[in-house]
Amino acid sequence: MSTRTIQDQKNLRKLNQASRHGIGASPLRPDGTLKVKGEFAYSSDLWHEDMLWGMALRSPHPRATILSVDVSEALKTPGVHAVLTHEDIPGSKFYGLEIADQPALAIDKVRYHGEAIAIVAADHPETARRAVRKIKVEYRVLTPITTEEQCLHPETYGYVHEPQEYKSHAHGNICHEQRLVCGLGVTDEVRAMADVIVRGEYEVGMQDQAFLGPESGLAVPAEDGGVDLYVATQWLHVDRQQIAPVLGLPEEKVRLTLAGVGGAFGGREDLSMQIHACLLALRTGRPVKIVYSRDESFFGHVHRHPARLTYEHGATRDGKLVYSDARIVLDGGAYASASPAVVGNAASLGNGPYVIPNVRMHALALYSNNPSCGAMRGFGAVQAAFGYESQMDKLAAALDMDPVEFRRLNAMAEGDLMPTGQRIDAPAPVAELLRRVKDMPLPPPLDPTDPDIRTLPGARSNTSHGEGIVRGVGYSVGIKNVGFSEGFDDYSTARVRLEVIGGEPVAMVHTAMAEVGQGGITVHAQIARTELGVEQVTIHPANTEIGSAGSTSASRQTYMTGGAVKLAAEAVKQELIARGRRRYGWTQHDIELADGKVVSRSAGVLVPMVELLGDGAIELTREHHHRPTQPFDPQTGQGFGHVQYSFCANRAVVDVDVELGLVKVVELTAVQDVGKALNPLAVIGQIQGGCTQALGLAVMEEIIIRDGEVRNASFTDYLIPTILDTPPIPVEILELPDPNAPYGLRGVGEAPTVSATPSIVAAIRQATGIALNRIPVRPEHLTGTL
Amino acid sequence: MRVAFTANGRPVEADDVWEGESLLYVLRERVGLPGSKNACEQGECGSCTVYLDGVPVCACLVAAGQVQDREVRTVEGLADPVSGDVGVVQQAFLDAGAVQCGFCTPGLLVQTHALLARDPRPGDTDIREALSGNLCRCTGYEKIMDAVRLASARVSAQGRGQA
Repeated sequence: MSTRTIQDQKNLRKLNQASRHGIGASPLRPDGTLKVKGEFAYSSDLWHEDMLWGMALRSPHPRATILSVDVSEALKTPGVHAVLTHEDIPGSKFYGLEIADQPALAIDKVRYHGEAIAIVAADHPETARRAVRKIKVEYRVLTPITTEEQCLHPETYGYVHEPQEYKSHAHGNICHEQRLVCGLGVTDEVRAMADVIVRGEYEVGMQDQAFLGPESGLAVPAEDGGVDLYVATQWLHVDRQQIAPVLGLPEEKVRLTLAGVGGAFGGREDLSMQIHACLLALRTGRPVKIVYSRDESFFGHVHRHPARLTYEHGATRDGKLVYSDARIVLDGGAYASASPAVVGNAASLGNGPYVIPNVRMHALALYSNNPSCGAMRGFGAVQAAFGYESQMDKLAAALDMDPVEFRRLNAMAEGDLMPTGQRIDAPAPVAELLRRVKDMPLPPPLDPTDPDIRTLPGARSNTSHGEGIVRGVGYSVGIKNVGFSEGFDDYSTARVRLEVIGGEPVAMVHTAMAEVGQGGITVHAQIARTELGVEQVTIHPANTEIGSAGSTSASRQTYMTGGAVKLAAEAVKQELIARGRRRYGWTQHDIELADGKVVSRSAGVLVPMVELLGDGAIELTREHHHRPTQPFDPQTGQGFGHVQYSFCANRAVVDVDVELGLVKVVELTAVQDVGKALNPLAVIGQIQGGCTQALGLAVMEEIIIRDGEVRNASFTDYLIPTILDTPPIPVEILELPDPNAPYGLRGVGEAPTVSATPSIVAAIRQATGIALNRIPVRPEHLTGTL
Repeated sequence: MRVAFTANGRPVEADDVWEGESLLYVLRERVGLPGSKNACEQGECGSCTVYLDGVPVCACLVAAGQVQDREVRTVEGLADPVSGDVGVVQQAFLDAGAVQCGFCTPGLLVQTHALLARDPRPGDTDIREALSGNLCRCTGYEKIMDAVRLASARVSAQGRGQA
């Protein structure tokens, strides 16, 4: 075992103070055995007697008028059962997460490369593929609107959506914008208070979620004229809310069940194949399965917004921040998706976890003919963090200060105000995280006498045996909100049932939470064990028979649905104790449930739960709402907008082959406050996974787009980190409870994805002395051969 | 065409196979073995890794016709065929927390199984090199490293035990 594994184990031991399988422990995943045996049913594994395969025809052009669509040849293909266009849609033709601006199938025009125009159902995927090729579409190709300059001048370059088409408050090609001013804003007087001013322009490429399980699902037509859909998604109820109107069905006739989900990371927040499969199933009267290929997956879901960021910061000679002036332009692509909320995050979190007395910020998302962008882990905070953390390093250099000490000097803490005016009313140990990450032991220096070339930049390519390799170290810290913001009530529902099965008390937990790999179901079982004092917990499949659980996103599920499970379990416990009081006349006020028994701390065991439960199960449903938040004022950005904040600090150590521009991340350390680690093993896994996606954004991951066309829609051409690209990731966890949250916990999943990227770029800058204003950093940026 | 081969020790047969189908498609859609996964279908992600005559291959890159009369072992064939108990590598992945969404897991299990069969005590860099054809998007690979080290320690402790 390596030292860092031991360090993890030590962390685990320190954190493992609770019951064997309750909260604070790390019991194994309930779905783990099925997963390692290959028996877990993912959405792409589903099969049904008589099922057909669905497939979409997608636009090869980013912007075009559709002159005609001829499906006659496709329909004649033997084995083809249906070919549908927008004309076959029985209900509303549009859908969308926040703004219903996206046609389920293109109507008269296409707005991005890959937009679905027609769908086919056939008896074999190859038959469907061939039929798709036989659909004849006549296009009038238009020049795509793709750059900020073009988007902001629609009178010259045109509209992505014609003004009369607007479904929202949007104007021109601006989908959404948010301004923010705090303190005195940024004026000449404010600038004059600063001894040092630094400016920077930064650019972030378009990152893909690249979950491994492709978009897929099975739609089964039902006898009542409705449809049952088994699908991999992040939020069953919001899917249904968008699907039902397009099918022209009431919501109760559209029943969703969660199929096995192969990762999500935001990419399953929007609909992909759901409506298409349902339309085909209802038309043919047969079950229809759709499974995207990897290239179709790149066209079938939204991506992380690429961004251009401009920052100006001023500080005093002794290192105190005076002001920040920032503009963040996010390319939202053809349809709104989650762009408005991403803008809200960029504006409200875009100055980082720092106390800055005077702020002016303008964040906006544009409509363009590039691929649509929406949710990805970090959600608007990632792009901004690259900007503000680059600025912190620049300021520290300009002041001749240590970059960590400079950050610590300006770090926000509990009681401070966000630029939105929201007071931080829970621990915000930003300075402490930075201190700890700096104090973690450094990896040994490169041994130039006998290096294992597999560990060097270039690895087996045999590009260096240690010569030309320079090491660098960089630091960063980031802030992310937890839960949905700006007045949104993203409540969660849970039903808990307690009954006797096989002579043992057993709890059943039913929620609509999408388990996408994060381990929410493990945590639900832990909560039920802790609250109800039982060992056996079963998890009911997630479906729309129960109320919404909200989205598996925004680091919110343990907080929100975990909180709902806690409420429901507490209610069941109170009901059981009340039953005992009625039956046995207990008068004690210290009654608890433990080890399958009802116990009183003063009187000892009162009765086994089995006896009290008898044949009468207790089943109760509870909703969990977080404290209300407020929308941000559109002009000033002021408002109590966020539920909770999450912080992570990182240190990156890199080796750079300065001649070839190759980078090897040697180590990526993370220190994060998690409030309370309900499952330490899963928490560490989230942090390490989040760091690795941040590494991808730093040095390799980008969807390449030329004039609106996607050029690398495959895992051959879009690179995500392999195990060789990924270094050891030592993690240290702090547990400072948030008094507002269930068990004091803090959402975990996104903060490291926000904070880790800038540390890697900072390390490369330190090794090379090159400014590096764009991510991902490519070899040509380091060799000057761009 | 008809394709007949051995899957996890059992003879299997698939009829009406289109010549363009891959071994992965035949396993998943025709012989009831969906454990091998379809993440990229061009040999980049390793999620479909299976043994073909004892050698790990990407099932998506093998044409169905190529497996005629040959032996295939998939993730479904790693557990004990009689008791159904999971093997050492499978248990280590569970214990170490190496499974999150689990979509990469079947391929990683087969690849790790093959690695430990040829080198029961691999160093960290050996592990990284051996698994570099298997993408994982959830874990950041740290728990996968832990799992392989754990499986290696358990296999070594058993002498020449089965992984």
